[in-house]
Amino acid sequence: MDKFGFTLSKGRVIDYNANDRTVAAFILEHEPSLRLCIECGACSATCTTAKFTRFSLREINILLKRGENEQVRNKLKQCMLCGKCSLVCPRGVNTRNVIFLARQAFQK
Amino acid sequence: MTGNVVVVGGGTAGMEAAGQMAKAGIHVTLIEKEKETGGHIKEWHHLFPDRRNSREVVEYLRDQIKNDNITLLTGTNLTGFARKGHGFIVSTVHGKELKADAILLATGFDLFRSERKEEYGYGIYDNVITSADLEAMFRKREVRLKNGEEPGRIGIIHCVGSRDEKAGNLYCSKLCCVTAVKQAIELREHLSSSNVFCFYMDMRMGGALYEELYRDAQETYSVNFIRGKVSEVGVNINNKLVIKAEDTLAGRPLRMELDMIVLMAGMEMSREGLRLANGVLKTGENRFFTPADHHFGSNKGNIKGVFYAGTCTAPMNITETISHARSAAMEIIDYLQAIKR
Repeated sequence: MDKFGFTLSKGRVIDYNANDRTVAAFILEHEPSLRLCIECGACSATCTTAKFTRFSLREINILLKRGENEQVRNKLKQCMLCGKCSLVCPRGVNTRNVIFLARQAFQK
Repeated sequence: MTGNVVVVGGGTAGMEAAGQMAKAGIHVTLIEKEKETGGHIKEWHHLFPDRRNSREVVEYLRDQIKNDNITLLTGTNLTGFARKGHGFIVSTVHGKELKADAILLATGFDLFRSERKEEYGYGIYDNVITSADLEAMFRKREVRLKNGEEPGRIGIIHCVGSRDEKAGNLYCSKLCCVTAVKQAIELREHLSSSNVFCFYMDMRMGGALYEELYRDAQETYSVNFIRGKVSEVGVNINNKLVIKAEDTLAGRPLRMELDMIVLMAGMEMSREGLRLANGVLKTGENRFFTPADHHFGSNKGNIKGVFYAGTCTAPMNITETISHARSAAMEIIDYLQAIKR
């Protein structure tokens, strides 16, 4: 008898309790201005990398805060550290340092 | 009730408060720096949320100050005021000295100067205008590009000079979201084939009937709302304005050609108010006057006998300004009664 192709697929739910949020904690400890982000997207709007790739600092910020680290790990390499994002941020987040710190955290 | 009160500022707050105090028998000197009373709304076309013609409000206010107890001094600036006994001597630049038992500051706000956000191109590109410029166009019933053509696609940028550390203003100006919605509706009425896009960070529809107006903009007027702060405005090879934003809900950067851009300029403490504060009257991080108590003393200053009304303390709409002016009049009547005892 043919088998139905039922398999268990990985849920796409953000499992906040299970997720590891230590990366975000490390960044926030050294760059508390990240707490001020209001997800307006001005950083991504001005970002050269975001124009060509799926890189979005706004998205990275929210993913880190939720502990979705694996989605972030590779994306970080795409940033060219030009710092245009910090020029347009209406909340004065030191966005460039956020990337630096995230890279550091992932190297640990 | 007797007493002399000097009211500084002949806009909505100053006129309403002067009228209320005059009715109670107080002698009021109302000082306005411009040639005419009426303040900002005399330049406006329609008010939110009911789209009332602002001329009606100006007429109401001018009726309020038709009272024998009011002396109106227009085209008059103050040099300052000094304590004398229980009251003050208020001096004008024309060398006049006015005795006052109390002073009411109703010095209002200045619109954020949009050229300070250089990346939005106000003063650089012809068809980047402010909400105030658009009201002037509505009054002339003619919304046109610089070359005389009708704009087809119009972008409205929220939060220009508000909620922006780079502009030095951390606060929300509160009125610009609903002004954007109102102006978007009016643009669609004036130009039926136009497309209007609002670029917002948050839609702050906290006032009476604001949310209903927002819904009406979507439902009846097909206004488009895109959640993302515009990072910059430029011009492309077709000589069209181009904006860059992230469409944060789609998670992708967005570029759009526009014929006209309207900047929702925020409200700032007026330069005149700051000058009069002169380091003596307390001002906050937002530079507006800090009232003595946020809940119970929103009309009182830190100096006995100095009172505030309207947008010199915080961004307010016309309804709130009139209420605040009325409560200032009550506070002053109480104060005069107490010092006469």
